[in-house]
Amino acid sequence: MSEALSPTRAILKSTLRAFNTNKTSWVGLVIFVIVVLAAIFAPWIAPLDPLDQNVMLRLKPPSEDNWLGTDYYGRDIYARLVYGARISLIIGLASTALSMVVGSAIGMIAGWRGGRLDTLIMQLMDILLAFPSLILGLIIVAMLGPSMTNIIVAIALTSIPPFARIARAPTIAMKEREFVDACRALGFSDTRILLGHILPNILPEILVMGSLWLANAIRTEASLAFIGLGVKPPIPTWGGMIREGFENILDSYWLVLAPGTAILIVVFALNLLGDGLRDAIDPKLKGEA
Amino acid sequence: MTAFLIRRLGFAVITLFAVLTLVFVLVRIVPGDPAQVILGDQASREAIEALRERLGLNLPLYHQYVVFVWGALGGDWGTSMMTGRPVIQEVLNVLPWTLELTFLSLVIGVVIGVPLGVAAAVRRNRFTDYAARIGSLLGLSFPPFVSALLLLLAFSIGLHWFPVISAKSGSLSAWVESITLPAINLGLITAAYITRVTRSAMLEVLQEDYVRTARAKGVPWSVVVWRHALRNALIPVITIIGLYLGILIGNSVLTEIVFSRPGLGKLIVGALNQRDYTMLQGMMVIYTLVVVLVNLATDIAYGIADPRVKFK
Repeated sequence: MSEALSPTRAILKSTLRAFNTNKTSWVGLVIFVIVVLAAIFAPWIAPLDPLDQNVMLRLKPPSEDNWLGTDYYGRDIYARLVYGARISLIIGLASTALSMVVGSAIGMIAGWRGGRLDTLIMQLMDILLAFPSLILGLIIVAMLGPSMTNIIVAIALTSIPPFARIARAPTIAMKEREFVDACRALGFSDTRILLGHILPNILPEILVMGSLWLANAIRTEASLAFIGLGVKPPIPTWGGMIREGFENILDSYWLVLAPGTAILIVVFALNLLGDGLRDAIDPKLKGEA
Repeated sequence: MTAFLIRRLGFAVITLFAVLTLVFVLVRIVPGDPAQVILGDQASREAIEALRERLGLNLPLYHQYVVFVWGALGGDWGTSMMTGRPVIQEVLNVLPWTLELTFLSLVIGVVIGVPLGVAAAVRRNRFTDYAARIGSLLGLSFPPFVSALLLLLAFSIGLHWFPVISAKSGSLSAWVESITLPAINLGLITAAYITRVTRSAMLEVLQEDYVRTARAKGVPWSVVVWRHALRNALIPVITIIGLYLGILIGNSVLTEIVFSRPGLGKLIVGALNQRDYTMLQGMMVIYTLVVVLVNLATDIAYGIADPRVKFK
């Protein structure tokens, strides 16, 4: 990364280069964009109402009218699947954005200040990291109640440490560089140096981590919903659909198959995207799963 | 080495305290009075007061905290609000189920993951490597309950090879039948993680000078790979397995639910549904204890295996 380029251009350039180094990233990106578009334009893509119940059409296998069949209440599974993408994406994106901002800020401050504060913060992060994230999320949501905000906060909390870690190391390395000395000599404030000059340099890595943790957040949301800690029914969520379908799994396999495949495809696409980019921008990071 | 051990031990103790405090705070900020929750809306004031007293809820907060931490350290993790039995007894009842499942899946994970990771690293950027990478990425992407459902659909409901609900029975064949699918499910996901870590650790080690030296002096390639390189590559693999434990625990909860298998997973979900707060609190403590102990063990194993660590 060259410091001579403007921050935005530097990021754009390195992004494009990263995408082209590993072609699988493109595959992941395309699939993910398709899912996002489907979620945004849900009413056009799925003409049926995801909440419309019809007792005459209970547990019908896939047909011409209901492409993926119907559930126990006679609701169209295809429509529920498309609308369910909205919940997965909103919770996934919001919680990842939250943990990305908070985590990177914590990591940068720890790295910038160093000393005791650094030790203390990183030990706290290690403690949080040591804890089984699903169990922690599960307990937080169970205690605070399964509202969308609580789910977002719970998932965000469990994924702060990796962002703090990834932001801290480059901040420490960059602290000693000449351009930072120059900024100091010019009398820039700490905040200005951190946000204006160090952040743009570590942003690519943070964003790549973000795509991998977005995959994780979507998987965690689905897991929580499957356990029964999802957004309240009848709002369709993929995990919730699997939970409901599980009760009739013996004779209506399509109830769990459709949402299960949807989760798998989105998570796999994001992993392809993030993994390819990570390989490209920093071969050293490859090992950390 | 002693200083290193003391430092790690100190960290383990701090972690334990931090989580105990977190659990304590979390349970106290729950909306509503636990006594009211247990007894329901119809309960009389006297009954609620009596229960508050029995649960220690009328003590000052700092007193409750001391009682809680002291009890937790002494192995007294409270009494289940629902069954009235001690939490530790409830946990010990199902712990063997969870332990055998996680242990077996770790074995499956290592047996599949390590050779696959080595093969992928040795044949870098060839078919084996791509297959292993895509396969392991797919394994990582599976939410554990989705893969469990697919196994259940295919082998229990479709082919009838295994029972849909794990039966509690003494015979060996019943045990094999009940554990095979859950262990395969968790094992394959574990293998995906281990394959990736082994591959990248091997890639790094294979570039080291001593590998070239070994080759140059005529050591057979297979000996270089399996004896010289893998031994050094295993150190990061062990650390990652320690870190992976938290994920494995979460995955086992989901697997147990799908296969209706007794274990900590079913226990914690049951406690959730019944709002059994003391049970949840006790289980958080247990999970933390397990994670802290395993991490401590990994740290020590790591310190012994790699003398450089203790100087850090």
